[in-house]
Amino acid sequence: MIEFWQNLPPLVQMLIKGLAVIGVIFPLAGASSLAERKVSAWIQGRPGPNRAIPFWFAWVPIIGPFLQRLGVFHLMSDGAKMLFKEDPLPGHVNKFYFLLAPVLAVVPAFTTVAVVPFGAYLNDAHQLVPLMLSNVDIGILAVFAIGSLSVYSLIVAGWASNSKYPFLGGVRASAQLISYELSMTLAVIPVFLWVNAPGGEGTLSLFKVVEAQSGASGWSGTWFAMTMPLSAFIFLIALYAETNRQPFDMPESEADLVGGFHTEYGAFKWSLFFVAEYSHMIVGSGVFVLLFLGGWNPLPWVPLETLIGWLAHLSPLALHPIFVGLVSIGVFLGKVLFSIFVFMWVRWTLPRFRYDQVMKLGWQKLLPLSIGNLIFYALIIAWIQTR
Amino acid sequence: MSYVVDRKTLTLSERFYIPQILAGMRVTLKHLFAPNVTMEYPEQRPAIPTGYRGVPTLVMDPNGREKCVSCQLCEFVCPPKAIRITPGEIPTDQPDRAHVEKGPKAFDIDMLRCIYCGLCQEVCPEEAIFLQNQYSMTGYTRAEMVNDKARLYELGGTLPDQHFKWDKKKAAAEHGNAH
Repeated sequence: MIEFWQNLPPLVQMLIKGLAVIGVIFPLAGASSLAERKVSAWIQGRPGPNRAIPFWFAWVPIIGPFLQRLGVFHLMSDGAKMLFKEDPLPGHVNKFYFLLAPVLAVVPAFTTVAVVPFGAYLNDAHQLVPLMLSNVDIGILAVFAIGSLSVYSLIVAGWASNSKYPFLGGVRASAQLISYELSMTLAVIPVFLWVNAPGGEGTLSLFKVVEAQSGASGWSGTWFAMTMPLSAFIFLIALYAETNRQPFDMPESEADLVGGFHTEYGAFKWSLFFVAEYSHMIVGSGVFVLLFLGGWNPLPWVPLETLIGWLAHLSPLALHPIFVGLVSIGVFLGKVLFSIFVFMWVRWTLPRFRYDQVMKLGWQKLLPLSIGNLIFYALIIAWIQTR
Repeated sequence: MSYVVDRKTLTLSERFYIPQILAGMRVTLKHLFAPNVTMEYPEQRPAIPTGYRGVPTLVMDPNGREKCVSCQLCEFVCPPKAIRITPGEIPTDQPDRAHVEKGPKAFDIDMLRCIYCGLCQEVCPEEAIFLQNQYSMTGYTRAEMVNDKARLYELGGTLPDQHFKWDKKKAAAEHGNAH
């Protein structure tokens, strides 16, 4: 089996791996939209979607009704509805760019996954090897570079729709995303200052960042959210703004802009925007977890190797690379899903900011704060690492 | 008398905004685990309070006789003109109602027009029409949404009032003191 895999041409291997990851992210994005509906309902004191069930599944005794109550099948009925309903193309739009915008939204959202490690396993030499599509050294830079392309989809959608509200939504999106990208990038720099200690090889790889949080004792065991809480906080706020989530829901803001940039969209084109938004949330949460919450390490000072060591006492099978990989992916996905839950939790807690408040917060509060944070940590790190 | 609202200056923690957000998140988390406040409708039905004004219905007297005398007051008072009555003679096979002047041959209430105002109930001199507990009217066609006489009696049933107005009128007439 493994031999057959390794004999495949590298291009085919890459293609299968890429499709496998997209095959996870796409349903996960759909599941997030369902989770959003469910969490919204629970916070508002409603049961939420709990009706749809395929007739043959209703025969399964306990699991069937349970999944029905959980609304799992609404995921499929939502998807089927989006696929099969009439796909309107308004007469007044610029057709080429109108059709291009959803594609532009989805492509960068899925591309960023390529450089995000989502797990790790131990090889024969007992070294940690990351599970990721392309182990490139520019890591976080690639995430920022490709991730920020997604703003083009909002601008193109807003402009090509050729009507007022989408246009305003697109303009707001561009201004907002540009403002918060600055603070986001500046908030991340202290992490990489610490990772790139003098004398070592310079890197921007996210895997190296997790390795720096994988110690079993001392400073290297802490997560960066503990040592750099302000960075983590600024990054989180900027992440909410970058993914257009409440309270930074400016491009959509259905109260004043009808539906914002996607007002003129319907059916599957519309749902592509939402798959893109949710995959941005997933990838963004993933990057946040890798940078500040220790990636696939279960607890601070309890790295993955220690956990595997404990499990190996129970059964030697625990040292198998596939098992280690699954455990690490499980821990990582658990943290990402919790982070997505926090996204939804915040959504129902905070009202949407006014547009001028968003700009004021971005430029007058977060940006000076992140610059100050950078200078502070640069001095501290320089002092610690050159001692 | 005009007065000045005293605007308090924000405290430091309020201006920081973060403690306030965390307090808000605690509230929403509490609601996340709180029991649902909604009802799962088709399976669970709300308790109808007394005096509820639901679908208008026709009722019979405790002896199972039709109370409506087809005076058409409800038809005239009905603001959206939802009621349509065709008056007729009392059928000869009902000897215990022979003393009643008239009875409706047909009685239709168009529930697509009805506004549930209750004026028909209020105006009825015979206490024959009542807005009762039913609150859900559904149908696939417009024709289905028109309640005819049979349906109205099926919905209405019998109310335990003891007026027997026409029996009293008959007794009074037999004693020679009508009116």
